[in-house]
Amino acid sequence: MLAFIVRRALQAIGVLLAVGIIAFAMFRFAGDPVNQIVSIDTPAAEREQVRRSLGLDDPVPVQMARYLVRTAQGDFGVSYQFRQPVSDLLAERMPATLELALCATIFATVFGVLMGVYSGLKRDSVLAKVFQTISLIGISLPTFLIGILLIYLFAVTLGWLPSYGRGDTVQLGWWSTGLLTGSGLKALIMPSITLGLFQMTLIMRIVRAEMLEVLRTDYIKFARARGLTTRAIHFGHALKNTLVPVITIVGLQFGSVIAFAIITETVFQWPGMGLLFVQAVQNVDIPIMAAYLMLVALIFVAINLAVDILYTVVDPRLRTTIRQPT
Amino acid sequence: MAEAIQTAPTTPSEPASWVGRFLDSDVWASFKRSKLTIAAAFLTVLFMAAAVLAGVLAPQDPFDPAQLDLLNSRLPPIWNAEGMAPFLLGSDEQGRDIFSAILYGLRISLAVGILGVAFSATLGIALGLIAGYVGGTVDAVIMRIADVQLTFPAILIALLVDGVVKSVLGGQLDAGTTLSVLVFSIGLSFWVQYARTVRGSVMVEKNKDYIAAARLIGLPAPVIMFRHVLPNVLGPVLVIATINLALAIITEATLSFLGTGMPETMPSLGTLIRIGNNYLFSGEWWIVAFPGIALALLVLSINLLGDWLRDALNPRLR
Repeated sequence: MLAFIVRRALQAIGVLLAVGIIAFAMFRFAGDPVNQIVSIDTPAAEREQVRRSLGLDDPVPVQMARYLVRTAQGDFGVSYQFRQPVSDLLAERMPATLELALCATIFATVFGVLMGVYSGLKRDSVLAKVFQTISLIGISLPTFLIGILLIYLFAVTLGWLPSYGRGDTVQLGWWSTGLLTGSGLKALIMPSITLGLFQMTLIMRIVRAEMLEVLRTDYIKFARARGLTTRAIHFGHALKNTLVPVITIVGLQFGSVIAFAIITETVFQWPGMGLLFVQAVQNVDIPIMAAYLMLVALIFVAINLAVDILYTVVDPRLRTTIRQPT
Repeated sequence: MAEAIQTAPTTPSEPASWVGRFLDSDVWASFKRSKLTIAAAFLTVLFMAAAVLAGVLAPQDPFDPAQLDLLNSRLPPIWNAEGMAPFLLGSDEQGRDIFSAILYGLRISLAVGILGVAFSATLGIALGLIAGYVGGTVDAVIMRIADVQLTFPAILIALLVDGVVKSVLGGQLDAGTTLSVLVFSIGLSFWVQYARTVRGSVMVEKNKDYIAAARLIGLPAPVIMFRHVLPNVLGPVLVIATINLALAIITEATLSFLGTGMPETMPSLGTLIRIGNNYLFSGEWWIVAFPGIALALLVLSINLLGDWLRDALNPRLR
């Protein structure tokens, strides 16, 4: 058990190291960092000095080690566009992204489970077919089209919801939250739906399939034979057993939600990390791209590790032959 | 009877009977049964034909500034009172016909999608074959890379590769180079699934007698891999390729929408949607709506085709 966790943790560190090396390679070899700092008419001698002060004259392995150590300490360098430390920029943008991802996940889980249970129990009803169609659309439509559609309906035509930004935010220490103001909550609705729709259809499909499966098992038949109420059977016994895969998916998908927030944040001009990243890609701001990559890698690895460890705690059968769901 | 037995083994290799065999197969039967699949196939073929024939079908060449007239800008669709022929679906702020722009955009979107899928399939199949057939350290290294990559969403990898390649190439890129960069980044973000599937099938196939026989007569490993193993593992690859075509088109559209894909001088559907999005608030909904509908229908019909193909061939995917 302990050996397994240690092995998993070592693998996680290996992945982070690999991503760190990729980030360093991007930083060092994609474009010349000196050119980003000095102006065009800087004399060669001065350039050389900047080069030396950045440590770009040292052997590549030394530079790499230095980069990795700095990254581990949370120092990602200075953004080319903003001339500010990348870590400050990310810290400033992070609350917006995390709040959006959290709301999207809650939306996806609540509606996904409800729709999944309903279409699992009443497989042939009209509403279940409607849900199936929605799920097909949710998987086929690109995220940004859903966002544009929502904006057109609720912001342009009806004027009910704001089309961009976070609304008013409240500062709690370094964390700026939009959850405490009316306009902040209103601004969260459309981005959360846009971001969560894909996850919702995923959860709905899983819950539906699991419900259909579970309802055929012997213990459900036995529960019926015991004369339990339909309600107790469906929600006390069947639903409970479908929730393990749901929790896994919600957990594993949280990283994807944060990554997909890139698109949603661009559509709604949401001032989060994703928007920062897109602007970095457009302007070839390598320090931000590298830092974002490292951060997302850290989130993904941490989630995968946590899920793996939780699995072995919850289900001893998995301790030897654990596989990541793909 | 004796004749039938004699001819039976030769039939599969004859091209003439290949069509007959297909019409007789379960795949074709299940295709005929599903109306939705037929509709999806029809739409897909229609889109492809429209993309190929864009130059003939479009009333205007949207890339030729000489054909654009600012007097025709921001016209609503033709069924609207202010609409004007030949601007079937209206025009944008430069007087560009939306219908023509969609036809040409479709061409770019499909080209990037198909080339991206071809690139990722080639890469994935080659790496999967090598990993499965050679085994050992090579296998371990390739599959570890695949594992790491699988933990990240494809769109993130495509965005990163796109950004890095652009910064390496530097400066302003022309439309053709941008297209190649897009194909490259989409290819790099989707190869894992092919590699995994092919590797799995190769592990099964390589222990069979025909491979042992091929080895016995002294064929070199690459010949065995590509001529003998590969044709037997292509079924699942076809399914993945179909589903990934939809994904690749969405990825390209997303990159273009985010402003890191095709430039406005040579717009794909995603670029058209990005341009149109700016006019949403001034009420010119048609500039974004029709490219959006085209993209959605295209992706939906390819997805439906892919779903059907997966069920029909049933290669135990997912």
